Amino acid sequence: MDILIDNLTIDFPTAQGVSQAVRGVSMKIGREKFGIVGESGSGKSLTARSILRLLPDSAIVRADALTFDGVDVMRADESAMRAIRGRRAGLIMQDPKFSLNPVMTAGAQIEEAVRAHSKAGRREAREKAIDLLAQVQIRDPKRVADAYPHELSGGMGQRVMIAMMLAPDPELLIADEPTSALDATVQAEILRLLDNLVSSRGMALILISHDLPLVSHFCDRVAVMYAGRVVEELKAADLAQAKHGYTRGLLECLPTLSHEKRRLNVMARDPAWLA
Amino acid sequence: MSTMIRVDDLGVRFGSFEAARGVSFAVEKGASFGIVGESGSGKSTVLRALSGLNQDWSGKMEIAGVALGPRRPKDFFRRVQMVFQDPYGSLHPRQTVDRALSEPLEVHGIADPEPRILRALAEVALPAAVRFRYPHQLSGGQRQRVAVARALMSEPDVLLLDEPTSALDVSVQAEVLNLLMDLQERRNLTYVMVSHNLAVVAHLCSTVGVMQGGEMVETVTSADLRAGRASHPHTRELRALSMELEEP
Repeated sequence: MDILIDNLTIDFPTAQGVSQAVRGVSMKIGREKFGIVGESGSGKSLTARSILRLLPDSAIVRADALTFDGVDVMRADESAMRAIRGRRAGLIMQDPKFSLNPVMTAGAQIEEAVRAHSKAGRREAREKAIDLLAQVQIRDPKRVADAYPHELSGGMGQRVMIAMMLAPDPELLIADEPTSALDATVQAEILRLLDNLVSSRGMALILISHDLPLVSHFCDRVAVMYAGRVVEELKAADLAQAKHGYTRGLLECLPTLSHEKRRLNVMARDPAWLA
Repeated sequence: MSTMIRVDDLGVRFGSFEAARGVSFAVEKGASFGIVGESGSGKSTVLRALSGLNQDWSGKMEIAGVALGPRRPKDFFRRVQMVFQDPYGSLHPRQTVDRALSEPLEVHGIADPEPRILRALAEVALPAAVRFRYPHQLSGGQRQRVAVARALMSEPDVLLLDEPTSALDVSVQAEVLNLLMDLQERRNLTYVMVSHNLAVVAHLCSTVGVMQGGEMVETVTSADLRAGRASHPHTRELRALSMELEEP
């Protein structure tokens, strides 16, 4: 399983002319934990979603190459894409409140995912759903399977989302800000869970977030995006040696518990970064 | 220094569920008090009771030595203002910034709206051109600045901050936190800030109250917290987590 993105551009036509959301992004992702970091509007989500061709209809996408395990995503027909989406690559979104169906129980939603991707019968799907809930470390999987999303906490909801995405045994998980809606403790639990699942199942992970220290904690490599471009790509372990002004700025503007700062550094945005 | 806020044995119930019990703390004038805890620990419940948004509570609360009842006089809402987490949700989408900033002046019968609005925009470092824009024409950071400016219009003594930077990018968070620090120095404001981010709370506040299961299990100074001199296991747990994720 390899993902190859070469010179990807994504444009949106607007009343004021064309807005360039992604400008010439190239990356190669193998069976690893890869982080994409950037602020709102940097193009990080669009880049990851382009792999599944899940972009708004108005998006104009161009790339020299955009392949998922050899499948040309730019030219593949809809049925070929359906074989990738969900089955081979799962997408976990930010807020379980909005991504779970509010009028279906958690169990029924996972069963639906199981049955959409296999020939399992009703009972078998139910058993698989409960097994998946146990795998995402829910202590009482039977009770949670019968619960509606509003009866679950944010952390539980996100576990249900992850269970649903694991159902077809995908090779790649794309997690788009999976913990931004959760508080610090739950955030760490969910990321550790993802980390364990990805390692034990040998999956690839693309983790998208605006929190650079957090991402580098859980990923092998990190790409930092700014205004539609990758400004720096580095090994997570080398974060302290980051060179680009934007990456340094992201690290320095964070308040930390270990070092007291009287004032926080504010990012001085160099117009040259836009070039 | 005088005590600006005193909360004594505060309890809040929702039916049979005790969302907060036995919560006590005091904040000096011009100081900042942070409340941290996980979702459901009762931190926002305490803030909502203090702000008057929830009128059903027990215990004693005082602002500047005056005891608060369940229903507050109009002057209370002039002196105590709140800034919410999500600037997308807390500004009226069909009202311009000018309208949002004028309303507190009209409500409290404060004269001279024109210079006050211009001064408020300057104070939160927004260009005057923003005045006649709608919220959707602003970035997230600009919107949160508008929300802070709106809270300042009635010249309050106390700002209650409910996760004021959680919805913002880290670079914008730094700008808003610096702004809050500057405003506090300039206007001698008293802050109570709720957040789940220990580093943010320790940055802005000199004292931190840690909540768990509706109780304030420990009150510790930020200096002690940084140095690891916290005694309650839950405080230590939150600190360890925050430190671990800080190290790349």
